[in-house]
Amino acid sequence: MRPAHTEDTESESRLSTVARFMFGVGPLIGLIALCIGGTLLNGDFATVDNAMNVLTRTSFIGIIAVGMTFVIISGGIDLSVGSMAALIAGSMIYMMNALMQGFHGHAVPPLLIIALGIVLALVLGALFGFAHGVLVTKGRIEPFIVTLGTLGIFRALLTWLADGGALTLDNSLVDLYGPVYYASLLHVPVPIWVFAIVAAGGALVLNRTVYGRHVQAIGSNEQVARYAAIRVDRVKIVTYVLLGLCVAVATILYVPRLGSATPTTGLLWELEAIASVVVGGTALKGGEGRVIGTVIGAILLSVINNILNLTSIISVYLNAAVQGAVIILVAFLQRGRR
Amino acid sequence: MKKMLRALGALTLTASAFAAASSSAFAADKVVLGVAIPTADHGFTGGIVWWANEAKKELEKAHPDLKVIVKTASTAPEQANQLQDLVTVNKINALVIFPQESASLTQPVAQVKKKGVYVTVVDRGLTDTSAQDAYVAGDNTAFGKIPAEFLAKQLNGKGDIVALRGIPTTLDNERWNAFEGVLKQYPDIKILDAKYANWNRDDAFKVMQDYLTRFKHIDAVWAADDDMMVGVLKAIDQAKRTDIKIVFGGAGSKEAVKRIMDGDARVPADVSYSPKFIYDAIKLTAEARLKGDKLPPTTIIPSVLITKDNAKQFYFPNSPF
Repeated sequence: MRPAHTEDTESESRLSTVARFMFGVGPLIGLIALCIGGTLLNGDFATVDNAMNVLTRTSFIGIIAVGMTFVIISGGIDLSVGSMAALIAGSMIYMMNALMQGFHGHAVPPLLIIALGIVLALVLGALFGFAHGVLVTKGRIEPFIVTLGTLGIFRALLTWLADGGALTLDNSLVDLYGPVYYASLLHVPVPIWVFAIVAAGGALVLNRTVYGRHVQAIGSNEQVARYAAIRVDRVKIVTYVLLGLCVAVATILYVPRLGSATPTTGLLWELEAIASVVVGGTALKGGEGRVIGTVIGAILLSVINNILNLTSIISVYLNAAVQGAVIILVAFLQRGRR
Repeated sequence: MKKMLRALGALTLTASAFAAASSSAFAADKVVLGVAIPTADHGFTGGIVWWANEAKKELEKAHPDLKVIVKTASTAPEQANQLQDLVTVNKINALVIFPQESASLTQPVAQVKKKGVYVTVVDRGLTDTSAQDAYVAGDNTAFGKIPAEFLAKQLNGKGDIVALRGIPTTLDNERWNAFEGVLKQYPDIKILDAKYANWNRDDAFKVMQDYLTRFKHIDAVWAADDDMMVGVLKAIDQAKRTDIKIVFGGAGSKEAVKRIMDGDARVPADVSYSPKFIYDAIKLTAEARLKGDKLPPTTIIPSVLITKDNAKQFYFPNSPF
């Protein structure tokens, strides 16, 4: 039986609805304001081509950030995503180049090589994520430490694979694989489609499935979730595997762009991804968050850079300061929940 | 027993050589050369590590009384610790160092020199030059000057150029000032903008995409680095822009030199700034010390224009860079 509503709780709940709405649209308001500003500063900002450029380059960080949203909501963190992307990219290129030389004396059709490269990326992503999840849950090591460790391991392995230089994809494969990044479907570049699908899938899983509810429950109170018979360890491991898969998908899109991996590939992507998630309104302490917020956060971060590149009103030495100020400003717009 | 005696003898000899390293007569007997360089964290330092190990291989084979110890460090404090280890554990009597940072390594290097070790500093100069015996470096002024002169000539003194910069450092400033300095003499050449892309392919790709959105006409790009040139070329290809006639990189990586050799129309030239200077520095130091000689206080490895005519000399397919 529900207790009768009093005036008081009624107005309170209305207030919180308003607050939640504000919190939801905060980053969006920030993004819109930024876009208006960008258009005023340079008319070329508001062109379709520029919008496509920005969205396409956002797609890597955006896809990773969608996976990161799950990990952060569940109360975890993954600092290794940039290094992981670099290692996956390097391993893909390494294997595909090796297969170009033939397998046991047989030539391998190039299309199959690319398919195998993509499979390798997904397998590696899932494996790395699984390893993180197991170390965090069964090994009971703080996720910060586990992924800080693998951040170093992954990048060192790539550097070793590349001899400190660059791993460059075989030219004939570049031409065949290139469309995965450069081609368009209905005038929208492929990476944007993939980004949209991953984001929609992520939002669906987080808000409409039992698994999504479990992730949120664990993040807001792990003990209670345990008492409620949620298989906490399994849910957590799956969040890391999902993130690993997201990193793999991002890498699959990334490799055809430059066709190479170097020890600077994916440098600081982890910060960009985490910043996207947090700017988008997910609490770093876990429990609550939204995938759509993350998507807006990721776009917002690359729009700042885009505007800075399109104008030269301030000294290039100050670019990072502008970025920092805008991030804090957006966080201010969506405050009030804590 | 005899072996042990001989070993003991060798030990005392090295020890005395170490103690009297400042007097060249002893140092000539046996040279233990420490090499302290940054870890391979991007293409250029990857090349440094590779060339240092090449030098070790070749020189130890050629000179039985030479021992080369290569140490890589990812941070300045780590490198300072390695210097101490090289002196106390490996008992070096000569050191070739590519400092992680100029300022923070000056004191540690001065300490090493005080112990009688002959010190050659490579590329990043120390803030106090009395802490070194010799200095070997690439020519950063030429690195900026040569492309500027080349572009001015190719464009007949008229055109629009966009430039990319590396990471805000004195090295980058030196190159940029030299580049800008030359082009100031050509009033009809406009530098539309110069943004940082961190010597990184991906960042260069993004910056170039935005340049292409912003500027409807560009004649040439000074990518200022061969890694950044890769990103720039991809961005131009994607935008299908045909107005850009020349993309000038820098450093002479094997990828860039290969393009020149193959006659890529947009990449007619490059400027050398090869990580090979670490090889030269090690070789010069080792050979001078074996004879008990000294190096000239400053050796500048010239940066030269690489074109199709001389590209072969700069192509090292086995090097990672």
